Amino acid sequence: MTKNPYRAQKIAFFFLFLATLLIVVPVGLIIVSIIQKGLPAINWQFLSDMPRQGMRSGGIFPAIIGTLYLVAGAIIFALPIGLLAAIYLSEYSKANMLTRIIKLAIVNLAGVPSVVYGLFGLALFVVFFKFGASILSGSLTLGIMILPIIITTSREALESVPQSFREVSLSLGASKWQTIRHIVLPNAIPGILTGTILGLGRAAGETAPILFTVAAFYLPRLPDSVFDQAMALPYHLYVISTQVPNVDEKIRYGTAFVLLALVLFMNLVAIIIRYKLRKKKKW
Amino acid sequence: MVIFETHDLNIWFGVTHAVKKVSIEIQPNEIMSIIGPSNSGKTTFLRSLNRMNELNPSYKMTGAVEFEREDVKGIDAEELRRKVGMVFALPLPLPLTIFDNVAYGMRMHGVKDKKKLRDKVERALQQGYLWDEVKDRLDESAFKLSGGQQQRLCIARTLAVEPEVILFDEPCSGLDPISTAKVEDAMVKLKERYTIVLVTNNVKQAARVGDRTAFFLNGELIEIDKTDRIFTAPKDPRTDGYIRGKFG
Repeated sequence: MTKNPYRAQKIAFFFLFLATLLIVVPVGLIIVSIIQKGLPAINWQFLSDMPRQGMRSGGIFPAIIGTLYLVAGAIIFALPIGLLAAIYLSEYSKANMLTRIIKLAIVNLAGVPSVVYGLFGLALFVVFFKFGASILSGSLTLGIMILPIIITTSREALESVPQSFREVSLSLGASKWQTIRHIVLPNAIPGILTGTILGLGRAAGETAPILFTVAAFYLPRLPDSVFDQAMALPYHLYVISTQVPNVDEKIRYGTAFVLLALVLFMNLVAIIIRYKLRKKKKW
Repeated sequence: MVIFETHDLNIWFGVTHAVKKVSIEIQPNEIMSIIGPSNSGKTTFLRSLNRMNELNPSYKMTGAVEFEREDVKGIDAEELRRKVGMVFALPLPLPLTIFDNVAYGMRMHGVKDKKKLRDKVERALQQGYLWDEVKDRLDESAFKLSGGQQQRLCIARTLAVEPEVILFDEPCSGLDPISTAKVEDAMVKLKERYTIVLVTNNVKQAARVGDRTAFFLNGELIEIDKTDRIFTAPKDPRTDGYIRGKFG
């Protein structure tokens, strides 16, 4: 049998292409079917009105606002903490026991199922700190959930800034903190933003962590404070799909469409910012 | 007054003994060239003068390095590096504009006055023989400059901090002969105001610019003398062999 390298290559390419296709096709199908079924429900009233008749008609405005609040709250909490932890791990920590424990904790935090975060948030924020089921509890729970994403991607971004830049800065008499502040951080921002994008998307879409900590089944008004409960898109979608009978398919798919569009929109904004900063990158 | 003095300096990185019992004095306003093959410890020795080796976690040392009669361990690292500037082997502009590169050190030391910054940036670029080539494009990225221009920018950036000593770590290793000649010209002129320690792989460069030359081999200081004497009548046969190109 003679080996034909070109044939082997063709076969390899075929399978590689097939694998890629297998990723693209389901994504395409999901998006197409949600657009097809959801788009007809979208109009100004659907986006800006309160739900009515036990969510069988009216709009989803409070759920949209609730999700935006929760995502914003999670980022406000997780970004500074995650970034500071990433700076510590990449710039200051030595290879010792403490560092190993922190890294192990981050890996474990990333592997915890989201419903466990929900229970944890219930026990700690809702019950122990007596925040009740509130936007604050939900945001903090979501924040803890996205911390590992933000820490890991920020750390990679910081570590990808060339060591030589740090040496040059230090050799000019800059302190370590000045070097981090003026050289390392500005050049790591695109990567840090990527982590934030991923975190945003995850926080907006998860249902289980907000289930016990914030989400209101039916609350046809806007929350008044961070201690108020709120509706949220993913939970609302779950409720109208499984808990409330006879909800029009249009409303269900419309809600799914809005959730998807919201996540894609947030990603898009961040991708544009990242692209602009990357273009400014000078090495 | 002696600028630098090392006493029985030993440096290890992990188990590698990089510098072995080196004692050297460096005089003010001289160009001290350090030659030797790769891995002879010359760059490690150079980096011990401004405490850059400490960035490597496996670094260990015994003996002493004194700057102006004071042990460098007792001097704040930032303060020491401000007085002892360094130019690296490869041109390493920071990802900033030409102006901001030169102003970086001053800004880190708290200079905020715009006029003062501008004046000093101009003077530093003139001393680095780069001003005429960049005066109309100070706001462009430093990465747009050619390799030789980038290296002169790095020299200007070091000068802008107004150090007393400049350490050159193979500053011409990535440059063509014409750029090398420009950098060497700059070094000879700088000698009037600064003390220069030059590590070089290029034996001829040491012969051209050095007042004194030290020859390192396997981490040991083999010989140190006036440059013309090293190149005409070296005492050690290994020095003779190296400068004649028999090894290295």
